[in-house]
Amino acid sequence: MPFFGNTRSLERKLDEFHDTLTEGSLVFREAITAYLDDAEDVFARKLADIDKLESRADRLSAEVEAALYSQSLIPEHRGDVLGLLEHGDEIIDRAQTCLQRFDVERPSIPECWRPHYRRLAEASYQAADAAICASRRFFREPSAVSDFLVKVQHHESEADEIGLDLRRGIFSDQALDLAHRQHLRYFAETVDRVADVAEDVADRLAIYVIKRQM
Amino acid sequence: MDGGILLFLSSGLFLGWSLGANDAANVFGTAVGSRMVRFRTAAVVCSLFVCLGAVTGGAGAAHTLGRLGAVNALGGSFTVALAAALATFAMTRLGLPVSTSQAVVGAIIGWNLYAGMVTGTSALSKILLSWVLCPVLAAVVAVVVYDLMRRIRKRTRMHLLRQDAAVRWGLLVVGAFGSYSLGANNIANVMGVFVPDNPFNDLVVLGITVTGVQQLFLLGGLAIGVGVLTYSERVMRTVGNRLLRLSPEAALVVVLAQSVVLFLFASEGLEGWLAARGLPTLPLVPVSSSQAVIGAILGLGLLKGGRGVRWRPLGGVGLGWLATPVVAGVTAFFLLFFVDNVFDQPVARPVTYRIDAAVARQLETEGLDIATLSLLVGEEHTNALVLQDRLTETAGLAGGAARRVIEMAEMSPTWIDLGRTNLDLDRDWLALDQLHALRSVSGRRFEHRWQLHQALAEASPLWRLREETPLNRVWNQELRQKLAHIDRVFAVTETHP
Repeated sequence: MPFFGNTRSLERKLDEFHDTLTEGSLVFREAITAYLDDAEDVFARKLADIDKLESRADRLSAEVEAALYSQSLIPEHRGDVLGLLEHGDEIIDRAQTCLQRFDVERPSIPECWRPHYRRLAEASYQAADAAICASRRFFREPSAVSDFLVKVQHHESEADEIGLDLRRGIFSDQALDLAHRQHLRYFAETVDRVADVAEDVADRLAIYVIKRQM
Repeated sequence: MDGGILLFLSSGLFLGWSLGANDAANVFGTAVGSRMVRFRTAAVVCSLFVCLGAVTGGAGAAHTLGRLGAVNALGGSFTVALAAALATFAMTRLGLPVSTSQAVVGAIIGWNLYAGMVTGTSALSKILLSWVLCPVLAAVVAVVVYDLMRRIRKRTRMHLLRQDAAVRWGLLVVGAFGSYSLGANNIANVMGVFVPDNPFNDLVVLGITVTGVQQLFLLGGLAIGVGVLTYSERVMRTVGNRLLRLSPEAALVVVLAQSVVLFLFASEGLEGWLAARGLPTLPLVPVSSSQAVIGAILGLGLLKGGRGVRWRPLGGVGLGWLATPVVAGVTAFFLLFFVDNVFDQPVARPVTYRIDAAVARQLETEGLDIATLSLLVGEEHTNALVLQDRLTETAGLAGGAARRVIEMAEMSPTWIDLGRTNLDLDRDWLALDQLHALRSVSGRRFEHRWQLHQALAEASPLWRLREETPLNRVWNQELRQKLAHIDRVFAVTETHP
């Protein structure tokens, strides 16, 4: 039987987990911007940062999961919370994977397409940030979650549109050879994937909120 | 210690065990069913607080015979307790949450039929009404409390984990309180009948005196505790999950609603408080915690549109409620026959009824037309049911009037002999003026109970019953307990002719 002290410590861990996700999404946006600005050292620093943040998120998620099971906490919502942690963690995983691909494959992005990538990264960041805010609210104020879910939908659609425009533009650019076009398309999709994961989190949250309010 | 008494105690212990196996589910069933409290934790807390309630809160019942008080022979008490326990056990085996009180009521009616006693229809109808009112009120309270909790949750914006911890602790605290009440209130059902023949002597442990009655109640409490630990898990899960899947918050609401309803129906303090302020009072009726819990669960189910309610097991529970008193009554009747005729144990003290001149005079002062009774004066009956029939046929009396005549006609000779050596009179319990009044009637013999009560009332105002109002309830209740004590102590028996 946990005392309130244990509960507070677990609450802190959950808050820390969400802080880590928020920081991770910010680092993701800054790293893409640095790459597009050719600021190699900043990009390298941000890449190292996201590695640390991703490990921290994994550790916190595992600790919360273990505590929920070992202390038989929130039996009614345990499955939902574990699903939420898993999918929240997926946001930072995707962001890390994306940055690692930039680091490994070093795509050559023509100057004319860079603003599109910047806008795409911004929309993905906004979707991820809104999803993280919604997840945080789920624990304290489930009725406020829906406001953030609307934002996630909006930014995810925006990211889809920008991604589509970008891919269409790249493939109509005669100055690029096919391999280069495919490489750029692949990176547009990789950045857009972060917004897709944010949408997955939002979809799950919409159901969890209904279950909590029943 | 008399071995025979211990043998008789065994049926009380069995009833205690059945009560633990069954009624603990009312307190912790929803908590265990919703997986908020582990069964082991619930069982340990429940057993502990049941024992605590039995020893500390149950001692107040030391001067009463509990609800089985009408049963006037130890063999009868043993058999009635056994029949109630068997009925409860059978229902527990079926996984149905039944009320032990219901089983006891059924078994007493069985004894009344066997012993030829009249069952008080007004008390019975009050009890039957409470079996309907209690679940309805519990449902209403549950809906109100649930709505209140939902509003509080919205306003406080409590973290899900903290809310979970608060509900967990709430369930444990309310459950512990419920267990304490269960021990305090139901120990009289289990052990009340054995108080007059208590085999235990007072003990001094670490400078604290543990009375014989407390030891007896502790034994009963332990029997309830063993019932909780060994057999309550299945019923807990039935109450918790089979009727409606409950969220932890709903589980807390159910336990809380049950406690509130039991409090509303049982609190003399609340009644006195309301009466003192000129507010309408609630009738004080012993209600079943099983019915309160089921009512509360159903209330929540209906609040959510009734979609999640599993009606089939609910029908089973309802059937259990109807069947329990009937099964207990029939079992008691046959067991009494068996114990009486096969084991040759007295199960009922023979009671004689005689409408003599004194009875006729008293009834006349109460406004009854005794001309209709003239044919019956001098007749003696050993069966109240036969006398009741005679009253209806010959004098055209029925209902309350007939019951009053039977009550007055009951022969219960008492001889006030204060100089007796083995006098078991609890002098500390009586006021000085009451003792003086008792002395003033010393040496006199009374054929009817009411004659002794009347003589005492004439001797001292402290022996007078007051008008039946909620404000006077506590006074009258205690006075009746004292009068019953005097009746028992000075009753003319073989050892005290």
